[in-house]
Amino acid sequence: MHAPVPQPGPETSGDKRRERLLYRLLYGRGADRGAKAKARVALAIAAFAAVYGVIATRLVMHAVAPDVHVARRSTAQDAVATARPDILDRNGEILATDVKAPSLFAEPRKLIDVDEAVELLTAVLPDLDAGELRERLASKRGFVWLKREIPTKQQQEIHHLGIPGLGFLDENKRVYPNGQEVSHVIGHVNIDNQGIAGIEKWLDASGLAALHTAGFATDRLQNPITLALDLRVQHALRDELLASQEKFKAKAAAGLVTDVRTGEVIALVSLPDYDPNNPRQAIDPTRINRITTGVYEMGSTYKALTLAMALDSGKVTLASTFDARVPLRYGKFSIGDYHAQNRVLSVPEIFTYSSNIGTARTALAIGVDGHKAFLKKMGQLDRLRTELPESAEPLVPKRWGELNTVTIAFGHGLSVAPLQAVMAVGALLNGGYLIPPTFLKRSEPEARALAKIVVKPETSEKMRYLMRLNAEKGTAAKADVKGYYIGGKTGTSEKVVGGRYSKTKVFNTFMAILPADQPRYLLTVMLDEPQATPETHGFATSGWNAAPTTGKVIARIAPLLGIEPRFDLPPADRLILTSAKELR
Amino acid sequence: MVSRAERGPFARWWWTVDKPMLAALAALMLGGIVLSLAASPLVAARLGLDPFHFVNRHLLFLVPALMVLIATSLLTPRHIRRLAFVVFLVSLALVVATFWFGAEVKGARRWIVVLGVNVQPSEFLKPAFVILIAWLFAESSRRPEMPANTMALGLLLLTVTLLVLQPDFGQSMLIALVWGALFFMAGMRLIWVLGLAGAATLGLAAAYFTVPHVAQRIKRFLDALEAFAQGGWFGRGPGEGTVKRILPDSHADFVFAVAAEEFGIVLCLILLALFAFIVMRALVHAFRAQDAFARFAIAGLGMLFGLQSAINMAVNLHLIPAKGMTLPFISYGGSSLISLAYGMGMLLAIARERPAAAMLPPVEAIVPAAAAVPAAAAQTAGAAGRPA
Repeated sequence: MHAPVPQPGPETSGDKRRERLLYRLLYGRGADRGAKAKARVALAIAAFAAVYGVIATRLVMHAVAPDVHVARRSTAQDAVATARPDILDRNGEILATDVKAPSLFAEPRKLIDVDEAVELLTAVLPDLDAGELRERLASKRGFVWLKREIPTKQQQEIHHLGIPGLGFLDENKRVYPNGQEVSHVIGHVNIDNQGIAGIEKWLDASGLAALHTAGFATDRLQNPITLALDLRVQHALRDELLASQEKFKAKAAAGLVTDVRTGEVIALVSLPDYDPNNPRQAIDPTRINRITTGVYEMGSTYKALTLAMALDSGKVTLASTFDARVPLRYGKFSIGDYHAQNRVLSVPEIFTYSSNIGTARTALAIGVDGHKAFLKKMGQLDRLRTELPESAEPLVPKRWGELNTVTIAFGHGLSVAPLQAVMAVGALLNGGYLIPPTFLKRSEPEARALAKIVVKPETSEKMRYLMRLNAEKGTAAKADVKGYYIGGKTGTSEKVVGGRYSKTKVFNTFMAILPADQPRYLLTVMLDEPQATPETHGFATSGWNAAPTTGKVIARIAPLLGIEPRFDLPPADRLILTSAKELR
Repeated sequence: MVSRAERGPFARWWWTVDKPMLAALAALMLGGIVLSLAASPLVAARLGLDPFHFVNRHLLFLVPALMVLIATSLLTPRHIRRLAFVVFLVSLALVVATFWFGAEVKGARRWIVVLGVNVQPSEFLKPAFVILIAWLFAESSRRPEMPANTMALGLLLLTVTLLVLQPDFGQSMLIALVWGALFFMAGMRLIWVLGLAGAATLGLAAAYFTVPHVAQRIKRFLDALEAFAQGGWFGRGPGEGTVKRILPDSHADFVFAVAAEEFGIVLCLILLALFAFIVMRALVHAFRAQDAFARFAIAGLGMLFGLQSAINMAVNLHLIPAKGMTLPFISYGGSSLISLAYGMGMLLAIARERPAAAMLPPVEAIVPAAAAVPAAAAQTAGAAGRPA
């Protein structure tokens, strides 16, 4: 082929030269444009072959490796939809379970028109914030959640919008069919179905989270968790506490039913509580679990520990007497009695009259070191840990002198979690076995294996006698439901307001054992700042509010717990103390 | 069967047309019908139409498309040039008209109603534009005194500006790419090709910094590239795309994905092979062509077709970001079908075997005087690429 370069002829004009220059500039000197074009067409053929080759490779890859893709997809999907085991009460009632709910996500990189997507989505889901939605959709990320757990109807509507880059994943949504009834024990989960409080958090901590990470917690065949809780008892307790809180205008109320033989928590209520289906409420500090997370001066209920310590030491017997004629002066402090008898009191009288002076003198008879050692042994000075992740450290005085022993003897100056005190009182009544409390179902032999013997069986017998005696003629009389042979102890502690003990703001507790001769259940009721009412003749002490509440609770729960009423039982001194009578 | 001895226009056509390519095009159209049956009833149902609405319309458009294809392939190169000129002017006018009369769909004005039919004039603009450009580049070597290169550049700027205003970045990109490739093939020095590419890049950069819409678009493109790089060979993790998620989107632009899902990769590979065959065969025709116009026209039309198919498939396979581009002869769309038939008809027509002399314009057309200087005649013949 010829190069069509104009040959410089003899008649070369200026025009021709310009033309030649232009040609050289555009195509190069002496370039054969035809050959060049041919070569470049060949190059284009190669380029297209490469492009189609890439597309074919990609296609074949899709065909060869779909399994890998699918497998990754399913694990990723499951990691989002973390299945949790059901939580049951001791009778198999469902306390928490999973239901499937679709969640809407977007793949912003696949979106074609962000504005259109924002417009259409906000039309279907009006509660989505348009600005935030736009920001999320315009982000560079490959995956963003738009709205979690949406109703099926809206899922359909969004699907029909036909926006590319949007999709749904089925997620497990945790549901608590009993609402507020068992809020504090069960706790709740976050939007990713991860436990963040209560038993739910414990579940994650004890291996479920690891299972989720490994991708094995996907099937619905996970064994349900059975709690010690009895939903019926829980309901009765909560119902009565709500009524009581209302009646006495208390800031808060709490209740606890434990099995003293196994350490199981049968019911736990702390009011105000929250609905785990709407865990936002749980952040409110007034809704803490007062039984495990709050620490309180337990007041007179602590006298049981002091007297048990004294009786167990052998230095004091039921027949011992202590001088309660005048208030006990200690430095600038003066300790008096609420139900002042102004005479010498025997040990049972100290208990039934709830004498501070008498209890303090009893503790002093043991001494500071003995007192401290005993409380340590009873688990009162260390943080009590249970399945519930929420727990509190007791407030123990840093320097523990005689004055501390004097006040702690009647339950002031040492703040413990109520569950902790209940564990100790339970040990005093069940024959001397200190059993760590549990929220899971536990048998008696299992409990025995964990138990630590802290007091002699005889001491336990005497304590049961004292508790029953208190219900027969002491401060606990208002809790004595006929037929159930209840024993109990009141506690009224003055709250510290501005560094001083307030005379009007009180924290009341009541602990009841039923039945007192064969202790099985320990019931605790606490009222925070109950107010006096005309019905209580202006009194706000435990015997007037916590005790009658306890009575009402017992009347309801005793039949549920299978305790048969017995109406012809002899008084405590004859029934319980037959073996220990000579000690008197 | 048509006898070799016959000399009618159809017989001539039958014996000179590229029959394998014709068969490949027919196969593509057939594939389009099958895939329309698969992909469109769902879309139609979603829009509340008769399930076979789109299938019927697809078939309806195939008839005129086939007619356009055959009719165009009967034309001579000269008629093709004239027709292209007319089509270009008309569709350019219609593109301009869309700014006033066009229906706005998803923020762009691309559609206009002509004689009761909804058409997308930019679709018809593309093949006509390619022919004009091919002619101008061919003229540039045949008639150096004509400012053909300048005119080609002007034509590109005019067309791209109009399309960008629509806005239709996919089509403008496609046109610019084909123009660039033809410019490259026209034998320009590499420095100009690179320089022009550089200028285009600069222009894009300028647009990036001045027009927010373009910036967003390019950003997203870069993001998508990054996504591809991150995703590696086996996908991108939770919820990151399979074709299924795009399914509700389109019976038009994403039909390839439907094909992959419903008919498997083998059918996709067959489709891909058909496209590759047509493009390669066209380019081989261009390689063998002895006339500059034929070479550029065939290459241009082939590349237009090839780029469009490659871009669509690449989008479907997440190799590049989404672009509004149809899969030739497969996707639903009347304008697209007829415009493609027109383009491929021209390709077939130009690629028809014909005696070399038929390619040449009459000598008088180039050299006014009958007593031409022999050197000038030789020069013309050389430019026309007559075999030595």
